[in-house]
Amino acid sequence: MKLQGSVHKYGDNVDTDVIIPARYLNTFDAAELARHCLEDLDPSFAGNVKPGDVILAGKNFGCGSSREHAPLAIKASGVCCVVAQSFARIFFRNALNIGLPVLECPGAVSLAESGDRLEIDIEAGTIVNPATGASVQAAPYTGFILELIQAGGLVARLRRNAEQRRK
Amino acid sequence: MPMTMTQKILAAHAGRESVTPGDLIQAACDLVLGNDITAPPAVAVFRQIGTARVFDRTKIALVMDHFTPNKDIKSAEQCKTVRDFAREQQIVHFYEGGGAGVEHVILPEKGLVGAGDLVIGADSHTCTYGALGAFSTGVGSTDMAAGMASGRCWFKVPEALRFELEGKLPPDVGGKDVILSIIGRIGVEGASYKSMEFGGPGLASLTMDDRLTMANMAIEAGAKNGIFEVDDITREYLRSTGAKSRLEFRPDKDAVYAETFRIDLSAMKSVVALPSSPANVHPAEAVGQIPVDQVVIGSCTNGRINDFRIAARILKGRKAAPGLRLIILPGSQLVYAQALEEGLLAIFLEAGAVIGPPTCGPCLGGHMGVLAKGESAVATTNRNFVGRMGHPESFVYLAGPAVAAATAVLGRIAGPSALPGR
Ligand code: SF4
Repeated sequence: MKLQGSVHKYGDNVDTDVIIPARYLNTFDAAELARHCLEDLDPSFAGNVKPGDVILAGKNFGCGSSREHAPLAIKASGVCCVVAQSFARIFFRNALNIGLPVLECPGAVSLAESGDRLEIDIEAGTIVNPATGASVQAAPYTGFILELIQAGGLVARLRRNAEQRRK
Repeated sequence: MPMTMTQKILAAHAGRESVTPGDLIQAACDLVLGNDITAPPAVAVFRQIGTARVFDRTKIALVMDHFTPNKDIKSAEQCKTVRDFAREQQIVHFYEGGGAGVEHVILPEKGLVGAGDLVIGADSHTCTYGALGAFSTGVGSTDMAAGMASGRCWFKVPEALRFELEGKLPPDVGGKDVILSIIGRIGVEGASYKSMEFGGPGLASLTMDDRLTMANMAIEAGAKNGIFEVDDITREYLRSTGAKSRLEFRPDKDAVYAETFRIDLSAMKSVVALPSSPANVHPAEAVGQIPVDQVVIGSCTNGRINDFRIAARILKGRKAAPGLRLIILPGSQLVYAQALEEGLLAIFLEAGAVIGPPTCGPCLGGHMGVLAKGESAVATTNRNFVGRMGHPESFVYLAGPAVAAATAVLGRIAGPSALPGR
């Protein structure tokens, strides 16, 4: 899976409360959530984000609440991939479960600034900044997690398996 | 292969002799939990999966607690979605209205979790039940849906950090002070992807309420779960709630830990986590003059009977400072009834408190105590992130019930020792 898009860069410990504040959790309509994505951290994000964009962040991205509304809001806002130095674990599994690609890569933060473009190969784990030629390598996914990503999430995988059993 | 407690529980539920950190496993769940925010999307995903019936209608708990009593039409619709689903699937443990309370307070109370169980919940503080010797962890709505459909969940087996507790807590210092001190020491990522295992001779001085508070906040250090060794206090608690499972798993003597921390309980102090990180921890006496507009005592962290006993001991015969709003939210109907019977509610009323129903309410900036721009609150909750209790420019300070009560009286952040006559 090869992706590319322009970067929105944030720091460490971006928590799920700022990704989607609780005052909007009385709905799980993805488009509605996307309108408020990252509102308490970067009020301009929802207006600026374009389909295919990439979020690049520091340590512990997605810490805090288990609200799946957080990766859902990011996915619905058009972001194709979140690259971070590290992820909080519930956000990480939620993102994979709903089919939002995420890549953990300690060296990625220095690769680009907001507005730069990044090219990402999810299967290979490579992240390249074509303007500078710089690249970093994340540990590639294997086994069950790779299946999850390739299927586009847990539900798609469960349904696919169920269909295969029926055949 | 020697194993930690968590590894043993995971292995048993995956039907394996042993597991090693890093293994990806599918394990059977004894309980699958969701609330009024996370269950509605899970119901939608459950429909997408296409399974007609839940795997076991006695092993699913649905608790309406975040925006309840329903704060607006959308919240009411969300609860209705879950209620309809619960009826259709004949879910035994569906709780709302006077039968509900904050999920992580009522599940242990009702005996729905026992030692050795494996619990997943679409709520990050599902880790609370580790206090009972269970493996329990927070997941998202998709995992919850898959769990309801199949009774199974995927896990990466975690490494563990061992916390060897020694000594005895000083008076007025509790589980909240211990866990905040630990998070202050290891940081919000200090236990990322790992299990936090608590044991040692110090356990004996920690009440079940202290332990539930500590396990509750394991997630604030990034942990997958927090888990306590089972002792007589656990056994007595599980007996009293009529919990079904009481399978005790002990860590092997030669279990391997990523790191071991010795925690001297007798050296613990009353502490506060300043905005906007649960790791920004300082002794209550060292924070200087910080005026406070609101104090909230309640939540899944400190909404149990002992928390209110501690607060009442400090508030007895005293009043909340002029202009300060003191909000008391018992974590469950049982806690409410007990506090009433023990005369604690009378003490709170006398002190000028507002007493609300069991609900998450202000903890997540939902309702019943949302902060305005520029306001500050001391809360016995577990998160002080930007905007957590309301306006993005409001401030949350985390503390235990003793500090919260003393702060309510003095109108500024303080430990109980700052009160005249103590
Ligand atoms: S009391 Fe707060 S932290 Fe606990 S479940 Fe409710 S909202 Fe979450």
